[in-house]
Amino acid sequence: MRKKNLLTELNEMKMSYLFILPAIGLFLVFIIVPIFFSFFLSFTKYNVFQAPQWIGLGNYKQILMHDERFWKTMRNTLFYVVGVVPIGVTLALILAIAVDQKIRAKNFFKTMFFLPTVTSIVAVSVIWKWMLAGEKYGLINNFLMKFGIQPIDWLMSVQWTLPSIMIMDIWRGIGYNMLLFLAGLQTIPKVMYEAADIDGAGTWDKFWNVTLPLLRPTMVFVGIMAFIVSFQMFDQVYIMTGGESGIGGVLDCALTGVPYLYDEGFSKFRMGYASALAYIIFGCIMVVTLANMRFLKTKVKY
Amino acid sequence: MMQSIKAKNSAINTVVYAFLIIGVVIMVVPYVWMLVTSFKPQAEIQSYPPSFIVKNPTIEPYRDLFTLIPMARYLFNSIFVATAVTLGNLFFCSLAGYAFAKHRFFGRDKLFFLIIASLMLPWQVNLIPGFVLIKKFGWLNSYNALIIPKLAGAFGIFLCRQFIISVPSDLIDAAKIDGCGEFKIYRLIILPLIKPVLATLAIFTFMQQWCDFIWPLIVIHSSDMRTVPLALSVLSGQFSTNFGMVMAGAVVATLPMLVVFIAFQKYFMKGIAMTGLKA
Repeated sequence: MRKKNLLTELNEMKMSYLFILPAIGLFLVFIIVPIFFSFFLSFTKYNVFQAPQWIGLGNYKQILMHDERFWKTMRNTLFYVVGVVPIGVTLALILAIAVDQKIRAKNFFKTMFFLPTVTSIVAVSVIWKWMLAGEKYGLINNFLMKFGIQPIDWLMSVQWTLPSIMIMDIWRGIGYNMLLFLAGLQTIPKVMYEAADIDGAGTWDKFWNVTLPLLRPTMVFVGIMAFIVSFQMFDQVYIMTGGESGIGGVLDCALTGVPYLYDEGFSKFRMGYASALAYIIFGCIMVVTLANMRFLKTKVKY
Repeated sequence: MMQSIKAKNSAINTVVYAFLIIGVVIMVVPYVWMLVTSFKPQAEIQSYPPSFIVKNPTIEPYRDLFTLIPMARYLFNSIFVATAVTLGNLFFCSLAGYAFAKHRFFGRDKLFFLIIASLMLPWQVNLIPGFVLIKKFGWLNSYNALIIPKLAGAFGIFLCRQFIISVPSDLIDAAKIDGCGEFKIYRLIILPLIKPVLATLAIFTFMQQWCDFIWPLIVIHSSDMRTVPLALSVLSGQFSTNFGMVMAGAVVATLPMLVVFIAFQKYFMKGIAMTGLKA
């Protein structure tokens, strides 16, 4: 009897391994092994055609101490985050509250705001590139001219390329963030508002003292996600700045981390250097995530 | 008193509607502009001022799109790759998810932890070694490069495992007593019960593959293997003066996902609420 149990158990285990084998195999070969391989490469000079050549911390030193272009990408990312996150979060919050009112066609509104989320970034960027066309022919310039604003050379000028991408990304992210805020709003107990009513609180008081503090976790989450995504963005920078001026735009005015990594790795074939860049970006994201975890731990008091 | 509250409410409502309608207009204008441009003859595209009204609608941009470049081939590539990857994910992830949720085997928890941990890794760390690996395998410019690395994902395994764990074990035990084999249990009991999560996984995987740009950009260099986003990117560079054609390309890249989204909206919204997943 006992022997039979052991046998069935062994048989079951065999089945278990068989079940996980395809998924785990792919996972090991295409995720885990590359991560270690990339870490190794980041300490080497490697151009794909010759064997990697060990140079220790050389790449990291070069990037952090002497690479002007890298620091430019960091400044650009910071500028992007400082612009996109507060505006995007505020607009999404207002929108979520508006959609949460007792209104008709709620689903229609949600769907419309959500459209960009299901459109490929490449397509969105191509459309915006056309809308942002220079001089008076572009749709957006034409609209602005009606208010007496001179046509802007959006994607061809040093100061407007990155803001163009930022405006597009605020537009693109608003529906997704709205959805997260809507979910956050549902978690606020109705009792809170009833208690506030009894205390004679007005609409504004309720928003400021109940809704906003209780939405803080959602806000932090949305903000941090935007931060992480901005470190990783690629498609929109590639499409909107590519072409004659090269990836990142004139004077690298819109160059960010991953496009820079792509340029080093796949245009110049400096794969070791690009791997080190990847790990530095990884480090930045880790720092933001950990800071976020600490920040979330401090509980909301009320 | 009552009346003044009512008046105030309707005033607020008006403001809310006005705000939302302006918002919707801002959201929709780019799509409308894309569609309008894609039906304009070249002369109208370059005329001033830009207009939302097409005087002489034409399908020429679409004809250009399918004759000047092999757009039909690109569409096939995208559909084929996205479908294959989606089917692979559904099968492999649910199979592994079942084992992780309901089986006991050596190393189970450690492996599962590894999978969850890998979810925190940013994907760009994988770009360089991924390319090197594909090159070593001799898979550059092939469907293999686009499909095989994506056939199973940590997120899918995690999602399926979390869902299957709530399936009552009694059900499985009963089936075992009736002499059901493991694969039969998976097929006849687990799969039907986790349909909602499979729907979510399918939609997100398909969408991710349909929109994916950087991976094809890295592993595909020959023009006939391009996927739709890659083709669109090349199009917007090479045919930058033929904006009708570029916008027709954008329509082709956008429309299938919009249709899928509107048809399966419920699963989209639920999926995001369930997972906090960024599409």
